[in-house]
Amino acid sequence: MKYVGKSIDRVDGVKKVTGDLKYVDDLKLSKMLYAAVKRSPHAHALIKNIDVSKALELEGVKAIKTGKDVPQRAGLYLEDKYFMAVDRARYIGEAVAVVAAITQEIAFEAVKLIEVEYEVIPAVTNALDALKADAPLIHPQLEEYYHASIFHPVPGTNISNHYKLRKGNIEKGFEEADFVYEYNFYVPHVQHVPIENHSAIAQMDRDGSLTVWASCQSPYAVRQALSVAFNIPLNKLRVLSPAVGGGFGSKAGTTLEGVIIPLAMELRGHPIKLTFSREDEFVNAFVRQGLHSKFKTGVNKNGKIIAIKNQYVWDGGAFNEYGVNISKAAGFAAVGPYDVEHIWADSYCVYTNHPVGGPYRGFGMSEIHYGIEQNMDIIADKLGIDPVEFRRINAQKEGGRTATDSYITNCGFLECIDNAADAIDFNKVETPSGKYKLRGKGFAGGMKAPSMPTNVASSAIVRLNEDGTVYLMSSAQDIGQGSDTVLIQMAAETLSINPDKFTIKTGDTDHTPYEWQTVASRITYCAGNAVVKACEDAKGQLLDLASIKLGFHKDDLMLEDGYVKAKFYPEKKVAIGDLALGLTMPDGSGVHGPIIGRGSFIPPNTMNFDLETGLGVNPVAFWTYGAQGVDIELDTDTGEIKVLRVSSSFDVGQVVNPILLEGQLEGAIVQSLGTALFEELMLKDGKPVNNSFVDYKIPTADDMPEMIIIPVENPEKTGPYGARGVAEPAMIPTAPAIANAIYSMTGVRIATMPLTPERVKKALKENKETGRTYFGVDSDYEFHIK
Amino acid sequence: MKHKISFILNNEKITHEVESNKTLLSVLREDFDFTGAKEGCGMGECGACTVLVNGQPINSCMMLAVDIEGKEVLTIEGLSRGDVLDDLQISFIENGALQCGYCTPGMIMSAKALLNENPTPTEEDVKHAISGNLCRCTGYQKIVKAIMVVADKNNNQ
Repeated sequence: MKYVGKSIDRVDGVKKVTGDLKYVDDLKLSKMLYAAVKRSPHAHALIKNIDVSKALELEGVKAIKTGKDVPQRAGLYLEDKYFMAVDRARYIGEAVAVVAAITQEIAFEAVKLIEVEYEVIPAVTNALDALKADAPLIHPQLEEYYHASIFHPVPGTNISNHYKLRKGNIEKGFEEADFVYEYNFYVPHVQHVPIENHSAIAQMDRDGSLTVWASCQSPYAVRQALSVAFNIPLNKLRVLSPAVGGGFGSKAGTTLEGVIIPLAMELRGHPIKLTFSREDEFVNAFVRQGLHSKFKTGVNKNGKIIAIKNQYVWDGGAFNEYGVNISKAAGFAAVGPYDVEHIWADSYCVYTNHPVGGPYRGFGMSEIHYGIEQNMDIIADKLGIDPVEFRRINAQKEGGRTATDSYITNCGFLECIDNAADAIDFNKVETPSGKYKLRGKGFAGGMKAPSMPTNVASSAIVRLNEDGTVYLMSSAQDIGQGSDTVLIQMAAETLSINPDKFTIKTGDTDHTPYEWQTVASRITYCAGNAVVKACEDAKGQLLDLASIKLGFHKDDLMLEDGYVKAKFYPEKKVAIGDLALGLTMPDGSGVHGPIIGRGSFIPPNTMNFDLETGLGVNPVAFWTYGAQGVDIELDTDTGEIKVLRVSSSFDVGQVVNPILLEGQLEGAIVQSLGTALFEELMLKDGKPVNNSFVDYKIPTADDMPEMIIIPVENPEKTGPYGARGVAEPAMIPTAPAIANAIYSMTGVRIATMPLTPERVKKALKENKETGRTYFGVDSDYEFHIK
Repeated sequence: MKHKISFILNNEKITHEVESNKTLLSVLREDFDFTGAKEGCGMGECGACTVLVNGQPINSCMMLAVDIEGKEVLTIEGLSRGDVLDDLQISFIENGALQCGYCTPGMIMSAKALLNENPTPTEEDVKHAISGNLCRCTGYQKIVKAIMVVADKNNNQ
């Protein structure tokens, strides 16, 4: 291939290194007004009264809106979300009122003058407490909420979704097992921390048309949600996403857009801008859901796992409109990348009075694998089997079955395991750098599928110009992952036109064609397929015209380097640009007109799972498998961990752009390393205590390990040029691999993330004094649900 | 209260009136529309607002605009000359050292300050120089490489 598989420079590079690219907060619009939000100081409270009179008197204030102005709920999968609290605030930081003013300073000043009268009611700040029979209900009207049919809210409880997986005969599995082990794990809330805070601008004109500029991953999903919530027809609602400064899931769906629209509806013709502060970002954008996980595993002495019963309890926060799907995704992948005959899994998404949980790179997989992959290591150790070999024995392989009982026809997991282990010399003992230091290695696997409804669509349009250049149009958003470049490479390959002849346009629902969402590591695959189809459509038109022009059957024509050429007489050719507006005949007459290629795509044969058993023949488009090894050093004096090297091998189907692929895998490793070692959004009785960069640290260049990336290319049959997604899967194994490395050096198993120096040091000390080796979750709940 | 200040902004002499409580970042963004410097935190912790003042990298969100009287300010917009990019900008593109691009201007300005001071830094020097610039996308490996490629070029000159 000429362009697919090559490290071409990213097409948005110059705009980004010069600072020329305008993100939403960089936009200045005529007559713009600035918004600020009044937020609830209580985790759970009834709103008795809101007095905005003093705030309205402040000079420069243009309008104030409260939840009563937007009573309509919204949501992607479950319509449980209020853009502003209506009569009840459900977390600390929830919007209760919003001000528009002529300057940002006046807007902030006005917010202070708004008086809200609350009646504080008991809050639920632990997902396991939320499940108790006497727990206060956070959404008493849950049974009235609309939801997609594949989800199971349980009215009268705080459970927003209960996904069940029932494969084989779990009791029989445990009876047959030689050994049965049980372990619990806990993963706290973390935040995505895109460097760009969320920002949106909304403007409604007097004719009722609404324009929204948003730093969002999914302009079409935002358009749909806002259309329903505000009863605006889709053809009057335009969403633009000019640039996104990092998303990682936090900019999927809607967050702040709905808060400013009521202002825009009153202040016609004025663009209203709202930009989150970093403190807002930590709490009022999505957070990654906390997870309590529990595993009961039956295994034979030869190392074959035969039964796993597990429970996942997700702390979904105040609104679970998006989080319900994470609990479902976790159910599909209940036992990770292993082939297990008997599985009984329950995955619960639970309301709490915490910030709103939502999609975060990995979509539940990082969280469940923190348990799955430590569980694997513990059992390998108990059986005296090498941890890498234990994974090989149990790995999903071609000819095997997934957790949902689908046949596995395409799986490069074993190759990934071998690559990751070899690259880091897994069994070689390394020398620590000094006294009180230990050096050790850890290993973990992982897998992920795009967790999306079975029928979600992508489309693309390609337009040829008369000079041979090309416009590619899509609404796949380049949020940094490089999709603009990768989609151009696939288009260039299909049309055999150099990538530098292409311009890609995205992110404008009035002008760029439908794309469901830029999430789920689905863009290379889904939008890529749509782009290839659009280019094939244009190619067909080109061949038809060239056939007339050159006098060859179209089967005997080909595209090469900007020309249509006769396959066997390549000197007989016509430039693509000369056909772009149609063919001109020798007598001056014209044929066909401008060439516009269109491509539409829905993943083929992806079908709903059985609602009772959770099983399904083909519930997801594809699985991406991979493995990582880590080489770390532990300072036993301080408990500090330094990650020295990480190997990462994923089966990506086909590498489209090697340098961009490396960028995805390296970025994922360091992001995951942060969650493993120090990231946690600390919530005390629902109150965030570290929502700033002073207190919440993310990795810096000093934390960066040496990273070794080894792609596996086992083509995805339905993927464009064989490619499948990898941006999220790459994040999964790092954290459990680090925990496994600590165990391999110290014999100490820490079941709670993050592995802070304090936590590690405490465990080492206790291990020395008492011989204790397993440090279960800090709040050691025995959780059991009927 | 407004103050009249004179300074050099991207090689141009400027006289400008600023409120005493305005930060350099807000003046650059709001008054001059130089939006390459970003506000990521407003507390000097993320480095997205890094510009050079008299050649030194500073968090422009933490500096009052009145304090740039008589000084020279260079933002990312002043680093390239027309469409001729700086070596660092080219190297960032060629080495895949950017993804979403939001930290990129600040990151490049920190790297520029380092190379001005020390044209042939070690990898450790580079990591240290950019340790105040947060990037959530790249994992830093390619950023360090992009800067080292320019440093190595300097070394061979």
